[in-house]
Amino acid sequence: MSQPTTRDRDTSSADGLPIAYVPDRPRMRETPEQLRARIPGWGADLDPADRPSHPKLQYSPDSTGAHWRFPERQAGAEGRERSIEHAFVTPVFGTAQPLHGVSGMIRRLAYRRYSEARFGHWLLLIFGDRVDAWGSHLRSFATLHPDNPITQTGIRSELSASGTMRRGRSDRRHHLLDPVIVAGPWVIAAGGLVLGVRRFRRRAAG
Amino acid sequence: MRAMTYRGPYKLRVEEKDRPRIEHPNDAIVRVQLAAICGSDLHLYHGMMPDTRIGHTFGHEFIGVVDEIGSSVQHLQVGDRVMVPFNIFCGSCWFCARGLFSNCHNVNANATAVGGIYGYSHTTGGYDGGQAEYVRVPFADVGPVKIPEWMHDEDAVLLTDAAATGYFGAQLGEIAEGDTVVVLGAGPVGLVAAQSAWLMGAGRVIVVDHLAERLEKARTMAHAETLDYDEYEDIVVELKQQTDHLGADVVIEAVGAEADGSCLQHIAAAKLKLQGGSPVALNWAIDAVRKGGTVAVVGAYGPIQSAVKFGDAVNKGLTLRMNQTPVKRQWPRMFEHIRNGHLTPREMVTHRFPLEEIGEAYHVFSAKLDGCIKPLILPSAS
Repeated sequence: MSQPTTRDRDTSSADGLPIAYVPDRPRMRETPEQLRARIPGWGADLDPADRPSHPKLQYSPDSTGAHWRFPERQAGAEGRERSIEHAFVTPVFGTAQPLHGVSGMIRRLAYRRYSEARFGHWLLLIFGDRVDAWGSHLRSFATLHPDNPITQTGIRSELSASGTMRRGRSDRRHHLLDPVIVAGPWVIAAGGLVLGVRRFRRRAAG
Repeated sequence: MRAMTYRGPYKLRVEEKDRPRIEHPNDAIVRVQLAAICGSDLHLYHGMMPDTRIGHTFGHEFIGVVDEIGSSVQHLQVGDRVMVPFNIFCGSCWFCARGLFSNCHNVNANATAVGGIYGYSHTTGGYDGGQAEYVRVPFADVGPVKIPEWMHDEDAVLLTDAAATGYFGAQLGEIAEGDTVVVLGAGPVGLVAAQSAWLMGAGRVIVVDHLAERLEKARTMAHAETLDYDEYEDIVVELKQQTDHLGADVVIEAVGAEADGSCLQHIAAAKLKLQGGSPVALNWAIDAVRKGGTVAVVGAYGPIQSAVKFGDAVNKGLTLRMNQTPVKRQWPRMFEHIRNGHLTPREMVTHRFPLEEIGEAYHVFSAKLDGCIKPLILPSAS
């Protein structure tokens, strides 16, 4: 069914005043019967008390599937980073990508020094992220599987499907910035390398 | 196994990783059959979420087959086909005992303000996600549910987050019969929020976005009126005029941290990471709702502060309601709605990518190329 993209602007008050300026209740533009006929399932969850998330706190510890009061503790918690707002490392925790290297030191400092309430906690974690990324990029060049900005950014999809791929872009307001963000560090690194090589050659020649 | 891995902002690749192993007696290992990219994955992809480590595997929307179970698992068996809520939760802490599964206190050592989420950085616990051939699923007796025989796989995978979050957003709005409901964002969450608003008795549903194909989907899938904010100098004024200067009774904010609509805010948040998210949609919600109305926030934001117009929220006497969705709490009723055809999440799926093309999948979704609304990922082992 075709639906309107905008509504006609009638006013709901009898004397022509916009409804916000008079005490009248807004009228429904369609009756419940009309809505029920047009919208599949209209009103099926009409009763707020019968909605899944009502009430906000629904005390029912026996219905969750848990068969413990406190979970058995996962091995390996010693030395794992944790928020200082926690009493201890949680009984179950993720083990992906444990802290390592310089980025690990920065992140560990963020966890040990600052609570989640402190801006410094998050700034250090973001700084650690960037150090991690740069270190990983550099290390990848010493492997048989170096980082490849062409394949890893998915930029090839810009060229596929010809004109249809251009439809509906959301990033047109800021797309001039994106290459700077993505390619900028690579260009700076390449420039630094070129300058370094030139300086080395001059010294070697001199 | 093959798995998507993060290599830094805007960079991903598929790598060979060790198959996950049982690390706790109530763990299961699930072989992923179908996964999805969530709009909130783009915040990780763009480097906005603190403590996103190189090598991390994203993916909190997935379904699959139980491949191995820990010694204390009672409710699942190897071979069961399961859908896994994006929340990791223990079922027994103070919060889980009260139905706040998304706020579990026993699964995220890295933060107390957010529970555990698959593949969503170490800020949500440091668990690898489901954009891979296998994934570790903690608390197998609490989270996963066997997929009903009648349910379509694409509906099942969307129920693990996007669809459940849309339905939850409408509930947070406390919609009463006849209410005018504005949904900001016609992405997967906003589309289901709009459908759900009708179920709760809305008298009008208006969806706001600026992407033509999404607004079209809001009209056809969610039977909503639509507004393209690019067509108006000030979308808040238009919404006031649309509602007789009253404002909407309920606004559901289904956009989150990378809201367009203000280049300056977008750069400050998405590019320079100076805010936890661009507050454009949230501020529009505060401005467009009527005094005494309700703003429901289901858009995802990072933990750093954002420039939210809190004074207007106070002065208007608003009720602000928000949370990560306690997904499993929504499922029994949502299963009914899907079976009855009241909710139709798989209508929003536009793209299906093999795992090996994960870089292209994220770029297409991120830049909204080719009319992309919801991309699914097919792991090679499935």
